[in-house]
Amino acid sequence: MNAELEQDPLAPVGVAAPPAARVPRGSHPVLRFLLRRCAVGFLTLAAVSVILFAATNILPGDVAQTVLGKEATPERVAALRSELHLNESVVARYGHWVEGLVQGNLGDSAVQVAQNAPDPSVGSMIATPLVNSLILALIASILIIPLALVLGTIAALRAGKSTDYAVSYGSLILGSLPEFVVGTFLILLFFNELDLYPPVALVPPGASPLDNPEALVLPLLTLLAASLPFGARQVRAGVVESLKEDYVTVARLGGIPERRVLSRYALRNALPASIQAFAQTIQYLFGGIIVVEAVFAYPGLGNLLTNAVLTRDVTLVLAIALVIAAVFVVINIVADLLVVFLVPKLRTGLK
Amino acid sequence: MPAALRTRRGVLGIIVLAFVLAVAFVGPFVAPHPIDVPVGPPGSGPIPGAPLGTDFLGRDVLSRVLHGGVSVLTVAAVSVLLTYALALSIGMFAALTRRRWLDTLLMATVEVLIVLPPLLLLLVLISGVGTSTAVMVIGVALVLFPGAARIIRAATLEVGTTGYIESAISRGERMPALMRREVLPNITPMVLADGGVRFLGAIFLVASLNFLGVGSQPPSADWGLMISENRQILQTNPLALLAPATMLALLTISVNLLADSYAHTLGRSGAGR
Repeated sequence: MNAELEQDPLAPVGVAAPPAARVPRGSHPVLRFLLRRCAVGFLTLAAVSVILFAATNILPGDVAQTVLGKEATPERVAALRSELHLNESVVARYGHWVEGLVQGNLGDSAVQVAQNAPDPSVGSMIATPLVNSLILALIASILIIPLALVLGTIAALRAGKSTDYAVSYGSLILGSLPEFVVGTFLILLFFNELDLYPPVALVPPGASPLDNPEALVLPLLTLLAASLPFGARQVRAGVVESLKEDYVTVARLGGIPERRVLSRYALRNALPASIQAFAQTIQYLFGGIIVVEAVFAYPGLGNLLTNAVLTRDVTLVLAIALVIAAVFVVINIVADLLVVFLVPKLRTGLK
Repeated sequence: MPAALRTRRGVLGIIVLAFVLAVAFVGPFVAPHPIDVPVGPPGSGPIPGAPLGTDFLGRDVLSRVLHGGVSVLTVAAVSVLLTYALALSIGMFAALTRRRWLDTLLMATVEVLIVLPPLLLLLVLISGVGTSTAVMVIGVALVLFPGAARIIRAATLEVGTTGYIESAISRGERMPALMRREVLPNITPMVLADGGVRFLGAIFLVASLNFLGVGSQPPSADWGLMISENRQILQTNPLALLAPATMLALLTISVNLLADSYAHTLGRSGAGR
């Protein structure tokens, strides 16, 4: 939603900060780097699980009572309480949860248990929505990366000229808008005025969202409109920085053709910044997907999450949040690895 | 902050923001109808007495738009104040404390909180404790303060290398006085630049929560909530969506223009002093 906020203006843009780990002879530096990043990722997830669990358990609210409603008999509430292990201490419950997670079990949905559903496990509830959300996110990411790269680079190369102003102002204004506002404008334009695309992206059970690509157009456009400005601005900043470097000046003074200066010197060295920017853009996109799915009633993880919050299905909310956190951690690791592979300078820095 | 008005986009931003604030805070006094009484058939287009038509329950859209900005603006503003109360004390303390492990611990916590999208954390919190204005204010501050604390810590570290901090420490100034008298005045421009973006983030979050139905509850009038409620009359009265969406758009764009303008003037005049 607002990864932009987390940009530390004091931090140098796009420095990959390779860890200065001492490498024992014989072990591959990139492999060691990967292992290290995975360990950090795992620790982060562990800490996140504590925070998420605490956030849903700091107040002594009673999930069983909330889920069953005020009319429920005390016996029914008591039965559900024991079914959900609510009589145990917070620490014991956290222990149960983590024990299940380690065995690949995300837990049972409180609402489903209350309704005596045949299969209350969260795992079976989130499988299809997760795939649906990943499809949406993947298509959006594939579209966003080249677009951000092109727009950002053009704006940087024309810095201070009208093209730059158009891209910069456009992204400033578009990037100001909350996803659901953009989505609403798009619906009003493409459905009400032009009657081109449907205002909802419903997917019948058992069908794939790809069966009806027309319904995906507006959700994708909304995601692009909300995330592209951020990506393009990040790329622009990276390229502007690298154009200021001494080696670019030297290359130009050395009479190397401008086209080659750009491709070999400036853009290549702006890559790590751009890859970090894409990792952030994709994370930003994931935050936005929660709202976008609600706008278009798209049957993804975000919509499931919103509904779970409305029904106070805490176990389901926890599981979805943890899955999203895991996706985030993986995106970070992949981005770091890509940087290391693409920029030889940083690979030596690993040693 | 007149520095923000030195650019064209800053002036544009302040004009639009003034308009939005006028609608939000004067609007409730000039609204022609109460917000919870039907004035016509549900989902009707413009009719006499209701120039923007009626909403999904037949209530006057114009009156509800005029009432719909107070809560999002107030909740966002109060949570940003709370954000900085948290971020300033934690950020400056982490930078100045002699106990390095405390700094490490605080910053590690901040890093973990930054991993998750703020909206996700807020939703998790609301699923656990339910929703209310207080929960929104505290929740938004809790998800926004880590980013601000990190920036404030970095700024404090930068200021901390200067002589006047050293001399303040050596003449025995205590931590609270050190923060308030020596550090705070010197990081204020930075905090203000960051605060604009943070305020925008708060508006985003509060409006999104209202839109998702886990913030302001019916029958209250709120721009975000109105957009989701009136989805069902999209075809009969699109104005019921267009009007609140436009107000939110004007609000976020103007705040971003101002924040961007201020950050620019800061960048141009060195550290903004």
